[in-house]
Amino acid sequence: MNGLKRYLGVLWIVVGIAAIALLIYSAATNINAAKGDIGKPIPWIIIITVFTPISLGLIVFGWYAVKGEYDGEIKT
Amino acid sequence: MAAPKGIWKVITASSVGTLIEWYDFYIFGSLSTIIAAKFFPSENPTAALLSTLATFAAGFIVRPFGALVFGRLGDLIGRKYTFLLTLVLMGMSTFLIGCIPSYATIGAAAPLLVLLLRLLQGLALGGEYGGAATYVAEHSPANKRGFYTSWIQTTATLGLFLSLGVILSIRRLVGVQEFTSGNGWRYPFLLSIVLVGVSIFIRLRMAESPLFAKLKSEGKTSVNPLKESFGHKTNFKMVLLALFGATMGQGVIWYTGQFYAQTFLLTKCNIEYEQANTIILVALVIATPFFVIFGSLSDKWGRKNIMMVGMLLGVLLYRPIFQQLYNLSDPSKKEIATTNRGFKMEGDFGAFIQHASDTTTYTDGSTLKTTTKQSLIKGEKTTVKELTLGQGIKWQMILLVAAMVLFVTMVYGPIAAFLVELFPTKIRYTSMSLPYHIGNGVFGGLVPFIATLITTLKGSNPLSGLWYPIGVAALSFVIGSLYLSNKINKDVID
Repeated sequence: MNGLKRYLGVLWIVVGIAAIALLIYSAATNINAAKGDIGKPIPWIIIITVFTPISLGLIVFGWYAVKGEYDGEIKT
Repeated sequence: MAAPKGIWKVITASSVGTLIEWYDFYIFGSLSTIIAAKFFPSENPTAALLSTLATFAAGFIVRPFGALVFGRLGDLIGRKYTFLLTLVLMGMSTFLIGCIPSYATIGAAAPLLVLLLRLLQGLALGGEYGGAATYVAEHSPANKRGFYTSWIQTTATLGLFLSLGVILSIRRLVGVQEFTSGNGWRYPFLLSIVLVGVSIFIRLRMAESPLFAKLKSEGKTSVNPLKESFGHKTNFKMVLLALFGATMGQGVIWYTGQFYAQTFLLTKCNIEYEQANTIILVALVIATPFFVIFGSLSDKWGRKNIMMVGMLLGVLLYRPIFQQLYNLSDPSKKEIATTNRGFKMEGDFGAFIQHASDTTTYTDGSTLKTTTKQSLIKGEKTTVKELTLGQGIKWQMILLVAAMVLFVTMVYGPIAAFLVELFPTKIRYTSMSLPYHIGNGVFGGLVPFIATLITTLKGSNPLSGLWYPIGVAALSFVIGSLYLSNKINKDVID
C-alpha cells in the first residue's frame, strides 16, 4: 500500500500541473472569443486566482506522497 | 453512558449561533435574483445574475481568509470570544445589507457597499464554524464526539431551511409584488439583528473550552498559530490531506445536493419559485436527522468509511438523479390536456408592449405558463416559463432531492469530529478552519458558478455542469480512500 501511495504521488503532481494549464488554456481560448458569460474575463480571473494556489497545494501533496510522508496509518 | 454535565447547553449555544450565521449567509444567495435587479444594473438579466453569483462567490472566496484571521485569534485568545466576535460581525453585515438604498437611489455606491458587506459576511463565516466545532468537540467524551459535533453539522442545513422559510413567509405576508419590487426583500436581512442578539446573549453565558483553558493556564498555547499550522511540514501535510482527501469532496457533494439542486430546479427545470423552494424545504426536513445518525454511527464505524461512501454515491448517482429531475419537468415528455392563450397590449404610442400568455395543463396535473413580452417598437422579446408540477411529480422530485441531501449527511455529519481529531489543541482552530473553508467555500461554494459557466460552453447540455462536482468528488474519494485511515484518534488532549 505504501508503494501505491508513493507512485500515485506522481499522479497528483501531474493533476496539479494539468489543472493550472487547463485553466489558463481555457481562459485564453474563451475570453473574447466565445459568446456569452464564458467569454468574459472576470469569471476566469476569479477562478484562476483561487484555484492556482490550490493546485500548487496538490502538487506539494503529491510531492509529500512521493517522499513517503503519508506512509503507514494516519488516524482520523 | 450518561451525557457529560452541561453538554447540551454547550451544543445549544454553539449550534444556535452557527445556525444564525448560516441563515445570514444564505438569504443573500436565495435572494440573488432580486439583489441583482436592485444593485447590479444591466440590460442583460443573466449578466446581472452572474454579477450577483460573483458576489456570492466573493463571499465564499474570502472564507478561507476568515478562517486564518479568526482561527489564529481562536488559538491565541480562546474559542469563546472569537466566535462571539464572528457572530457580531455577521449580524451587523447582514442587517446593513437590508439598509442599503438601491442603485436607482445612490448609484454605484450601492453595489460597492453590497460587495463590501458580503465580504465581511464571508470573513465572519470563515471564523465561526471552526470555533463552534472545536468548542463542542473539546467538551465531548471520546466515544461520542461524532454524535455531539454532528449537531453543529445540522446548523448549515437548518440555516438554509430557516432562510427559505422566512423568505417564503415574508413573501406571502407582504405579497409577491412588494417583496420583489418594493422593500419586502429587506425584511429577512433586518430580522437578523434580533436573531443575533438572542444568540449573543446565550453565548455570553458560556465558559471557555476546558481544554483550551487548561492549555492557557499552563502557558502552553501557541505563540504563532499560523506558522505552526502551515510553516511546519508535520502539520501542513495533514492540512493538505484533510483538504484533498476529505473537505474538497465533501464541499462539492454538499453544495451540489442542496444549492445546485435549487438552482437547477429554478433555471433548467423552470419550476415555479415557491414550488421549487418547497421541494428543497421538504427534502431537507426528510434528510436532516441523518446528520446526527451518521455522526453517531461514525463513532462506531469510523469517520472515513461513512464519508467515502457518501462521496462515491454522489459520484455515481448525480447524473442519473439530475437527468430524472430534468425528465420529470420536461414538457415535451408530457401529454397536453388543455391550452389557453391570451394577448394584452400595454403602453402608449412611444412604446407598445405586447404580452402573450400561454397556459398549458398536462394530464399529470402539471401546468406550464409561458409569458412572452415583446416591444413592438424595439422588437426586443423576453420569454419566461413557469412550470407548476402536479402532486405526484412533485413528490418524486422531493424524494430525489432528499436522496441527494442524504449523501450530504454522510459526508458532512462526521466531518467536524474528523477535523478536530486530526490536529493538536493549541493550533486546532487555525488548522481545521482552513481546509474546511477551502473545501466548502472555494470548491463547494463555486459549484453553482462554475457549473453555470460550463453549461454556457459550446456543445454542453443542461447536465454538463455536473462534471465539475463529480470530478472533484471522485478525486477526493480516491485520495481519501488511499491515504486516510478509518481508525479514530480518541485523544484530542494534545
